[in-house]
Amino acid sequence: MQLFPCPFCGLRNEREFHYMAEPGKFRPDTSSQISAEDWAAYLYDTRNEKGRVREIWMHQTCRELFVMERDSVTMNVLGSTSLRASAGEAAE
Amino acid sequence: MNKTYSALNLFREGLRGQRGWTPAWRSPKPKPKYDVIIIGGGGHGLATAYYLAKNHGVKNVALLEKGWIGGGNSGRNTTVVRSDYYYPESAALYDLSVRLYEGLSRDLNYNIMFSQRGMMVLTHSEAEMEMAARQVNAMQINGIDSQLLETEGVRKLAPILNFGREARYPIHGAMYQPRGGTARHDAVVWGFARGADSFGVDIIQNCEVTDVIVEAGRATGVATTRGEIRANRIGAAVAGHSSVLAQMAGYKLPIHSYALQAFVSEPLKPVMDTVAFSPAYGTYFSQSDKGGLVIGGGLDRIPSYGQRGNLPVHETVLGGLCEMVPMLSKVKLLRHWGGIVDVTPDSSPIIGPSGVDGLYLDCGWGTGGFKAIPAGGYMLAHILATGEHHELSRPFDLSRFTKGRLIDEGAASGISH
Repeated sequence: MQLFPCPFCGLRNEREFHYMAEPGKFRPDTSSQISAEDWAAYLYDTRNEKGRVREIWMHQTCRELFVMERDSVTMNVLGSTSLRASAGEAAE
Repeated sequence: MNKTYSALNLFREGLRGQRGWTPAWRSPKPKPKYDVIIIGGGGHGLATAYYLAKNHGVKNVALLEKGWIGGGNSGRNTTVVRSDYYYPESAALYDLSVRLYEGLSRDLNYNIMFSQRGMMVLTHSEAEMEMAARQVNAMQINGIDSQLLETEGVRKLAPILNFGREARYPIHGAMYQPRGGTARHDAVVWGFARGADSFGVDIIQNCEVTDVIVEAGRATGVATTRGEIRANRIGAAVAGHSSVLAQMAGYKLPIHSYALQAFVSEPLKPVMDTVAFSPAYGTYFSQSDKGGLVIGGGLDRIPSYGQRGNLPVHETVLGGLCEMVPMLSKVKLLRHWGGIVDVTPDSSPIIGPSGVDGLYLDCGWGTGGFKAIPAGGYMLAHILATGEHHELSRPFDLSRFTKGRLIDEGAASGISH
C-alpha cells in the first residue's frame, strides 16, 4: 500500500486518490469556430511520459484537486502542491 | 538437420540423442538497410513480420526487439483468446484473430496449444442477465458463437464456482463463447519468430530503438543501441511504450500506460475446464495444462511504466477469487507480475498511419492484446505492404478520434478498461 500526500490532509492511502489529467491543456474557446483536429487534441492527446511526470489528482475524501509530481517507473512520489499554489508558481 | 517438427522427426531425434535440432531462429547482425523495419518483438510485431513475408512476399525485413523475444507483454498475459465484442467492427477483427488462432499450430508447424475450452462472463443479477442477453444478441448478429447460460448451464461447465445464495454475488447465469479459450503464449511468439525467420526475416534481439530518423516529414530509419538502421517503411508494435516511441518520432497518441497484473498458483489437479470472468468480483481465471490457476483482473488505478505488481490490486483480484471460488482460498500463489498496456479512450486498438509518413501503428490494444496477435499482425502487414488499410483495419484508424467515430467497447462490452 502506497501513501500519497494530499496537500490538505497529509499522507493518505493511495486508494483514496483518483488520477484526473495531465496539466497544461486549455479548453478551446467554444464560442468561436474550433477545428475538429484541435478539439480532438484537447479531448484525447496525452503526453503519457515515462519517468518524471506532473499530474492532476483528486483526493476523493476531501474532494480537492491538486498537482502531484512522481516518477511513473519507480512510482516514487516527488511532491504535491495545491492547484492554487501551482497556478501561482506558473504565473510567476 | 531437422527443420520440421513432427512426430516422426521427434522419434528419429530420440534415437539420435536429440542432436539434430537447430535453433528455431537465427541471431543475425543488423544490416544498414531493409525494405521494412518492425519495432517490437512481441506477438504483434512477430506476427506482422510473418504475414508480411508469407502473404505479401516482403522478406527483406528487420524485427527489432529491445529485450528478448517473448520477454514483454507476450509473456505476461493470461493467454485468453475470445471474440465476444459488441460492435461489428470489433467482432470482425477479433473473430479473424480467433479463426487465425484456430489454424495457427498447423500454419506455423508449431504447437501453440490453442484450447477452445470456452469463455464465460458471469452475471450476478436479473439486470445483468438482461444486459447479457442484449450483448449475446448483438454478438450473434455479428456472427459470433455467443450463448446465454442460465445458472444450471454455468454449473455444468464450472461446478467449482460459488453457487450459494449467501455468496457476495450469487450467480444468475453467464454469457458464453464456446470458441474462446487459451493458448500457450510463449509458443505463439516462438512459433511466429521461427516462421518469420524461415522466410528470411532478421530477428534482432537486444536492440533498443533510441530514436526515429525523420527527414522532411518522413520516417526513414531508426537509431538503435546496435547502430543506425534504415528503411522506407516502419511498423511499430510497442504496446505499453507507444507514447515513448510517439515522442521520438513526433506524433501524438490518445494513450495512457497502465500496469495490468496477473497471478499463477501452484499446480493443482484439474478443477476448471473453462475460463470464467466475473466483472462484479473483478476477477477471471482458468487452469493451465500444467495445473496452475492463471488469474487476472482489471487495470491498475495509477498510470505507470513500472512492470510490477502492487498490493491494492492483489487484494481486489484475489479477494474476488476467494469469494468466487471459496475452495481455492488455501491455494498458494507461485508468481505474480505486471505488464504495461496501452489504454485508449474507447478501449479499441489503433491501427494504421501514425501521422508521420512511412511509420504505421499497431497499438492501443489495452488489456486484450494477446487474443488479437494474429489479426493485429495480419492488418499491420497488409498496411506495410500496400500502404493502405485493410477493410477490417480502417475503422481503427487514428483519425477516428478527430471524426468522433469511436468504437467504444469499454462502454459496450464492458471490458475492464
